[in-house]
Formats: sequence, structure tokens, C-alpha cells
Amino acid sequence: MTDRQRTDLTPPEPESYGGPVEYLSQDDLRVPTHQLVTPDGEYDESSIPDLDDEAFRDLYRWMVSDRVFNRRMVKIQRRGELGTFGTTRGQEASIVGSAYTIAPDDWMYLGRAWTAMFMRGVPMRDMILFWRGIEESQQSFAEHNSQVAIAVGAHLPLAAGTAWGMDIRDADEITMAYLGDGATSTGVVHEGLNLAGALEVPALFFCQNNQYAISMPFSEQTGANTIAQKALGYGIDAIRVDGQDVLAVYDAVMEARERVKRGEPVFIESVTYRLDAHTTSDDPHRYRTEEEEQAWEENDPIERYRSFLESEGLWDDIDHDAIVEEINDEFDAALAAANDFAERDVSEMFAHVYEELPPELRRQLTEFEQFLEEHPEAYDYIDQRPKG
Amino acid sequence: MNATIVEAVNDALHTEMAADERVLVFGEDVARSGGVFRATEGLMEEFGNDRVVDTPLSEIAIIGSATGLAMYGYRPVAEIQFSGFLPPAFDQLVSNASRMRWRTRGEFTASMVARMPYGAGVRALEHHSESMEGSYAHIPGLKVVIPSTPSDTKGLLTAAIRDPDPVLFMEPKRIYRSFREEVPEGDYEVPLGEAAVREEGEDVTVVSWGSMMPMAEEAAANVEADVELVDLRTISPMDSETVVESVKKTGRAVVVHEGPRTGGVGSDVVARINDEALMYLEAPVERVTGFDTQVPMLSMEDFYFPNPPRIAAGIERALDV
Ligand SMILES: Cc1ncc(C[n+]2csc(CCOP(=O)(O)OP(=O)(O)O)c2C)c(N)n1
Ligand SMILES: [Mg+2]
Repeated sequence: MTDRQRTDLTPPEPESYGGPVEYLSQDDLRVPTHQLVTPDGEYDESSIPDLDDEAFRDLYRWMVSDRVFNRRMVKIQRRGELGTFGTTRGQEASIVGSAYTIAPDDWMYLGRAWTAMFMRGVPMRDMILFWRGIEESQQSFAEHNSQVAIAVGAHLPLAAGTAWGMDIRDADEITMAYLGDGATSTGVVHEGLNLAGALEVPALFFCQNNQYAISMPFSEQTGANTIAQKALGYGIDAIRVDGQDVLAVYDAVMEARERVKRGEPVFIESVTYRLDAHTTSDDPHRYRTEEEEQAWEENDPIERYRSFLESEGLWDDIDHDAIVEEINDEFDAALAAANDFAERDVSEMFAHVYEELPPELRRQLTEFEQFLEEHPEAYDYIDQRPKG
Repeated sequence: MNATIVEAVNDALHTEMAADERVLVFGEDVARSGGVFRATEGLMEEFGNDRVVDTPLSEIAIIGSATGLAMYGYRPVAEIQFSGFLPPAFDQLVSNASRMRWRTRGEFTASMVARMPYGAGVRALEHHSESMEGSYAHIPGLKVVIPSTPSDTKGLLTAAIRDPDPVLFMEPKRIYRSFREEVPEGDYEVPLGEAAVREEGEDVTVVSWGSMMPMAEEAAANVEADVELVDLRTISPMDSETVVESVKKTGRAVVVHEGPRTGGVGSDVVARINDEALMYLEAPVERVTGFDTQVPMLSMEDFYFPNPPRIAAGIERALDV
């Protein structure tokens, strides 16, 4: 915990007496949105982050990788090779710009940001396994100090806790928690934020406001004008950033990291858009118009960044088609490896419930194994689906 | 009307909303998109956005505000998108809804329904497959209802909406659309707190509910015994009488449920049989249940819940064969 001026407990002295009752209103807040490259590709050279050419190209490559990965995942889901899948199309700049800042020792809790895992070194195969419902995928995430929160918002107190530990140990790493706009409607998110603000722990909360929680548009989720302003209630400073501008996102998160490392949590709202359905089982045309989608299609983060690269003369060194081909090859290999994943033994179901299997659970396992041996007809009802 | 379970939910909601202006339907994605399982489809179009409301993503606020609305005289039917997301709102159930009548000595009541799909087998991610009726049955003041057929779904949901106490209505989502049957049109109520004898038999009583019922029926058809099949329907308060009477006749019993064995409702069924029919028993009561483990992710989830061969083996153990 850093030293903070603790609130003085003596009663406040009003600056002046009399006058009308005054409201404290969100309408008086100025909530700027950080942007470096405009949708038309204009920018001010002096405010562009100081990255080398390779890093600029890397950002592009990761965004394309995200897009190709999503496309391929939807394709195999349609073929019946995944349970379901939720894409991140439209959010590439928001995801890549933020995750590009993450250091190997940082901890990361994910919402809709699959490529952030790949950027940490999680093999693509394991994300395929995750959407196929194979537990080992989550082990792989954990080996990279990461996990995916399926119970929306439930990870914020975890993030506050790991960050608290980092603070006690005076560690160099930080905790980064992704969350969605919808998550900010849950109580648990606010309780986690409040604790992080109260204890001043090194946590960076990155909220991707992709405008929807399944069918619920952001405008109907809350009476607040922005998500960023909510952090102020917990004494946490916030940044609102244009999530379609990869350089602005990178810039904002890098700036925030410096603060977080000094022991002050930061909350970032990244304004973006979920271009595809919530998951492959959702039909967005029940709740939003094609015109709206079209407008955001035209605010494509990859296109915007490409125009920047062109202006900088970096585009000539980039072979877009070759990148796509490389990612497709990587996906093919990942899929083949995922398909090679062997069916597991039934004891897997009893593994990791506790460190040591209690006697009653051991009995349940032994009985079940014996039952399966004696009753092979049970397999008429059991379909292990390692291939989705 | 020929309907599936999920269509019967929808029909009950339509019918009760038309009959009683106090009935409100709300939850995540229930209005505009008609619910992720389409259970609330068409309600917003028919009854308007004041009575059918998409709420912000908060199970706590959904259950808590339903309780407040009920205290104020409305009849809320709140949807929890998946039962695996009820736990944050457990506090509202335990600390408010279930004890409002008690706390206010009957001045206020929480006449509300929380509907939620439960159970494994729909190939979803973590937290989408639980069967935790045992935990909810443990809450005094809360009723827990689980239908297993389309007509019971309509009748029990109607009764739940009209019930003066809070009802947790757990819908067996694996069989939401797996079969159809004739469902009475219009006003149709099946009383809460009454089990149904689905098949009469002399040799052994099988007690089950919800998504396990079709499995239990199949198992009963495959064993060489005359099985009496009891569908509990209301988990709490439980109709022990029907179960006990059946066991007094057959002298043997098996309880089948999908949720974990320890602290499961099956333990309570066994205890009630022991309390009231111990001397009639010719064999220990068998339990065929889910395991005391997390429900596996989708690749291995079929291993988790009882299937007809497992249930048949349980019946055979109860028969000493
Ligand atoms: C506690 C909880 N309630 C409901 C759900 C079902 N659900 C899954 S994602 C989602 C919407 C999440 O919206 P948001 O936080 O904006 O994330 P996004 O999907 O847009 O990335 C809902 C309601 C859930 N997973 N967890
Ligand atoms: Mg969202």
C-alpha cells in the first residue's frame, strides 16, 4: 500500500454559506476519450508511442491473427467441431493494444480476449480445447497465470486479491483483469473495485465496452453516461479510450501500467464493438439493426491501423496475405493437435476436486469404474467428445 | 396444444400474464430476444415493455427486486439465465425472499417465482450444467419445484405464480425440447406439493424428478420387475406421503437424481422412508446420483449424470438380483 493522504475525520467546513442545494452530477464530468489516429487515418506524429518498426508490424500481425483465429473457430463450430464459440471480431485493437503491454510475470484474468492468451504464449491448440470443453485447456491457461471468467464479473475480487499479494510482496508484476460492459452491472465487480481502491493494489482493470451484454445495449444497462466514471466512486482513476485505435489503447494501457506499478489501481474503459453474434448460438438481429452493424464495420480497427502504417511507410514491408496464410497454417496445426487429444479415462472426472481423493469419492470412482466394465451398454448413453 | 417443455413454460407465462395484470416477467435477455432458450418469446410483443423487461446483468438485483416487487403487490416471474449463475443471488433468496413472511409476521410476503434452466447435457461451458436443488431445498420458506413433462410444466408454473410464497422453478433444460405431449389450453394448474405416480408397480419404487425422469422410465422398462415410478415434482416441501405409501407397498426403493450425492435430495428421501416405512423395507434404499465432483466440461459431461443402465443397475441392487 502506498501512503495516501487519509481522509480527515473532522467535519467539513463549507466554502461558503447559504445558496441553493447543489447536485453532484455526472453531467458536470468531462470524460475525454483518448484517440491517436482518427477513423480517417489522421494523427499527430508527436503523440504516437515510441515503438520500433518491428513492434508496429507486430501489432498488425496480432490483430490479423485475432481475426483469422475467430473466422476459423466459427467455421469449425459450424461443422460441429466445437460446442459454441464467441468471437472477438471488431475488438482486435482493444485486445491487442492492451495485451501487448503485458509482461510475462503479470497475472491476467480474461473476458472476451482470446488472443491475449496467445500473446502470453498459450498455444492456439489449448483455446480450441477450451471451447471443446476439455479441462486441460484451463490448466494450460493457469500455467500462464491466466484464466477465463465464465461467471461474469466473478473474477474481479480474485484480481484484487492477487494484486494485493503483489503489493505485500512488493513485486514487479501487476494484475490485469479484462471485463465487459455487462459485467459492470454485477455487484461483485464493484466490490472488487472498491477493495482494490481501498487497499491501493497494483491492479489494472480493462473494461471492453463492446456495447452489448448479449442483447442488452449499453445505453440500457445503466443510467451512467460512461463506464469509466464509475471507477471514480472507488477513488480509482480512469481512462476512456477509443478501442478501435490500437495505438491509443496501447498508449493508454502503458501509461496506466506505470501508475499501477506505483501501487495505484487504474480502470480503463475501451469503447469498441462486438461485430459478430454473442456466441454461435445467438442471433443479433433480434435486438440490433444491420445499419448499426454496418456503421461499426466501417470503423474497422485493422483498416484504421493499416492506413497509419501506410502513412508511416511501414506497410510496404508487410505482406498481409503471407500473414493470413501463416496464421491459417498455425490454426491447421493447432486443430490437428487438438484432434489428436486422446479420450480421457473416467478418473479424470474425479481429479483435482481435492488434492487428495476423500474415501467417499474414491468409493464413487471405484464403483463407477466397475460399473462401466460390467455394463458396456452404458456407453450407448455416454459420448465422450474430444473433437467437439 | 401439443407442446415441448419450453413451449409449455412460454404458454403458462402468456396465460398468466393475460389473466393477472400483476404478473411481470423480467431477467437477462428475456424481452427483446425472448430468452436464450426462447422461453419468453413473444411476451414483450404481447404485453409490452412495462411488464416484460430486460434487466441489467445482475442476478442479485433480479432476485432482490423481484422480492421487493412482490412485497409491493406484484407477481414477478424472474428468469435466471442459467442456474449456475444463481449463487450470487443465493443471499437474496436466503436473507430476504424466503424469510419476508416470517420477518414481517405475514404483513409482507414474497409471492414470486424465479425460473431457471438447470442440469447438464447441453454442451455449454463451465457453470452451465449444475443441479443444485439440494442446496435450495435446504432454505426454509422457499419452495422448490422441478417439472418433467410439458403439461406439468404448464400446470406447476401456473401454480407457482399463484402461490403466496416464493418458488424456485427449476426447468430441466436437457429435455426442454426432447418430446411433445398434449398440454391443456388456457387456465391449467397442477398443485404444488404433490408427487405423481407415473407408473404403478408392485416390486420396487423408483423416485425421481426433472431431467432424470425419462432416464428412469427407460430403466424401469428394461428391468425384469414391476416398477412403481414416482415423480416428486415438488422438491420442497416434499410429498413424503406418496413416496412412503408406495414403499410400504413395494418394500424396495431407489432414488435417482442428477445433482451430487452428498447432501442431495436423495438423502432426504431415504431419511423419510426410514422414518416412516423402515419396517416395510426388504432391502436398503438405493441412490443413483451425480457424483460429488464438479460437473465436467462438455467433453466428458455424459459421464456425470445417471443414465438408464446405471439406474437399472440400482434397481437390480434394490431387488437383490
Ligand atoms: C453471472 C452471470 N450471469 C449470466 C451469464 C450469462 N452471460 C454470459 S456472457 C453474458 C453477457 C456479458 O456481457 P459483457 O460483460 O458485456 O461481455 P461480452 O459478452 O460483451 O464480452 C451473459 C449474460 C454469465 N455468464 N454469468
Ligand atoms: Mg459487452
